[in-house]
Amino acid sequence: MIHLEVIERVFQVGDEWVHALRQVSLHVARGEYLSIMGPSGSGKSTLLNIIGLLDRPDKGSYRLEDRDITDLSDRQQAALRRHKIGFIFQFFHLIPRLTAAENVELPLTLAGIVPAERKQRVAVALERLGLADRARHRPDQLSGGQRQRVAIARATIMRPALVLADEPTGNLDRASGQDVIDTIEALNGEGITVVMVTHDPELGRRTRRQVQMMDGRIVQDTGAAHDTR
Amino acid sequence: MTPGDVTRFCFRAMTGYPLRTSLMLLAMAIGVAAVVLLTALGEGARRYVAQQFTSLGTHLLIVLPGRSETVGGPPPLMGETPRDLTVDDAMALVRSSAIRRVAPIMVGSAPVSRSGRSRDVIVMGSTASLYRVRNLAMARGRFLPDGEVDRADAVVVLGHTLKNELFGNEPAVGGFVRIGQRRFRVIGELARQGESLGLDMGDIAIIPVASAQALYNRASLFRILVQASGREAVARAEQAILDIIRERHDGEDDVTVITQDAMLATFDRIFQALTLAVAGIAGISLAVAGILIMNVMLIAVSQRTGEIGLLKAVGAPGGQILRLFLAEAAMLSILGAAAGLLLAAAGQLGLSRLFPDFPVAVPVWAPIAAVGVAIGTGLLFGVLPARRAARMDPVAALSRR
Repeated sequence: MIHLEVIERVFQVGDEWVHALRQVSLHVARGEYLSIMGPSGSGKSTLLNIIGLLDRPDKGSYRLEDRDITDLSDRQQAALRRHKIGFIFQFFHLIPRLTAAENVELPLTLAGIVPAERKQRVAVALERLGLADRARHRPDQLSGGQRQRVAIARATIMRPALVLADEPTGNLDRASGQDVIDTIEALNGEGITVVMVTHDPELGRRTRRQVQMMDGRIVQDTGAAHDTR
Repeated sequence: MTPGDVTRFCFRAMTGYPLRTSLMLLAMAIGVAAVVLLTALGEGARRYVAQQFTSLGTHLLIVLPGRSETVGGPPPLMGETPRDLTVDDAMALVRSSAIRRVAPIMVGSAPVSRSGRSRDVIVMGSTASLYRVRNLAMARGRFLPDGEVDRADAVVVLGHTLKNELFGNEPAVGGFVRIGQRRFRVIGELARQGESLGLDMGDIAIIPVASAQALYNRASLFRILVQASGREAVARAEQAILDIIRERHDGEDDVTVITQDAMLATFDRIFQALTLAVAGIAGISLAVAGILIMNVMLIAVSQRTGEIGLLKAVGAPGGQILRLFLAEAAMLSILGAAAGLLLAAAGQLGLSRLFPDFPVAVPVWAPIAAVGVAIGTGLLFGVLPARRAARMDPVAALSRR
């Protein structure tokens, strides 16, 4: 599903050029559950951003679902993000003035889906994540775990093929973190490909495949032996 | 996103930050209200003057002694005082077919008294024609009688205020007042007409012009009011007056003729320029409001960096984010302009309550222009922040909490 070939990404920080990614190649099959681990600054977030089309590689090629997306325009990339990819962030990134339901509805609104269908899909999604009674609450009236579940509902409302999670439990206590991980694993159980960035080794061990990064390179990949299409 | 979704999203963004939104609406509202109210005042002043002129009478020409034309060269050494205008000059004007009526005017101030009460007022000498020429109206009695102009009848017509001062509630017609050394019989009382061109027609006494000549012991007139026989005859009447007076004054052009239309046109131009000037000044406040919108939208963009990053992450292209922020600026402008129109309407109501005589009138173009400029500046100044939002790098935007 994801085919990254010799990806390079260089940032300029002040006068220095920082190699965030060096010669990274990664193949992820549909339905995989994969964690990217490594110390901070190892390039794991940059890799996730490139996979999520929020960032473009300087060199190398990226094919998503057999489509070369390296040269897509801003509009086309936005459309891919809208329909194929769901994001889960460490800091949830809910819009504070909107209710839980409205936050979940946002991708549907942007995709131009009619209100009646939006309402129905949002209600189903919130129900599934046990948030039905929180639909009209604003983010500041929700606990951390509830906020992240709202964010997960938002990430999956468009039924994406791929969910990218960047430290999804990084800002949660243990119990709610466990809750969130269970939810994410349930998504994977439904066939959604999940790529998760974390520096929590315990969390990393739960995934079927682990990728270790260091200084912009992949230093270990437990699933590299897999037959990846 | 449908237009309804955009409106709802922007509306939530506006209500999400009530203080900044209300401040911005206030600035816009003040700008729009200032434009509308100031132009209303200017237009009101113009109408007020126009109204004053028409209340003077129709097809009116005013003949003043002396030439108001400026010519080059040094001033004449031997005092070239213009000849006086006389009653005979005035009567000679009736000869012209372009002239319907002529009213000689003599003006002075004299004490008017009755049984111990005395009042210094303007005593005007004129003829029966003044009634028609000046569009006067009587409350009681009649105006100066027709007849020989040189008959110094001892009759007087009193203005409304003056009558009340001297007679109170008693009937004045048939009574007597003393003006200077003579006793005058009151034959009429003017209806209340208010002020016209600074002359209070309530506080005035009108006597036959011959009586006034005797009273002031002089023959020269203050001016001659001439009523042309029709609107189209005004130009001919003007020429006729100049010709007749020149003939009578040994070939000297020593009078000035002012037509009502010319005066009206002049004042009209002045007040129109004035209205545009104040509208322009008020327009500056709209521009300031526009800059304020830009400022606040820029703050909004940096405040909502995370939100913009998120919108990009969930698949909003840059163009859509640009439209969202532009729509927000436009909505703020429209709501502000609407509030401004309400404010202006309230101000107009207040003004008309405070000054009932002053015709506060909003010209049709003013609110349209004000709202147009408001929305225009809102959009114009909204472009920069919206573009900043649209071009934001999603990764950098999301990394800020």
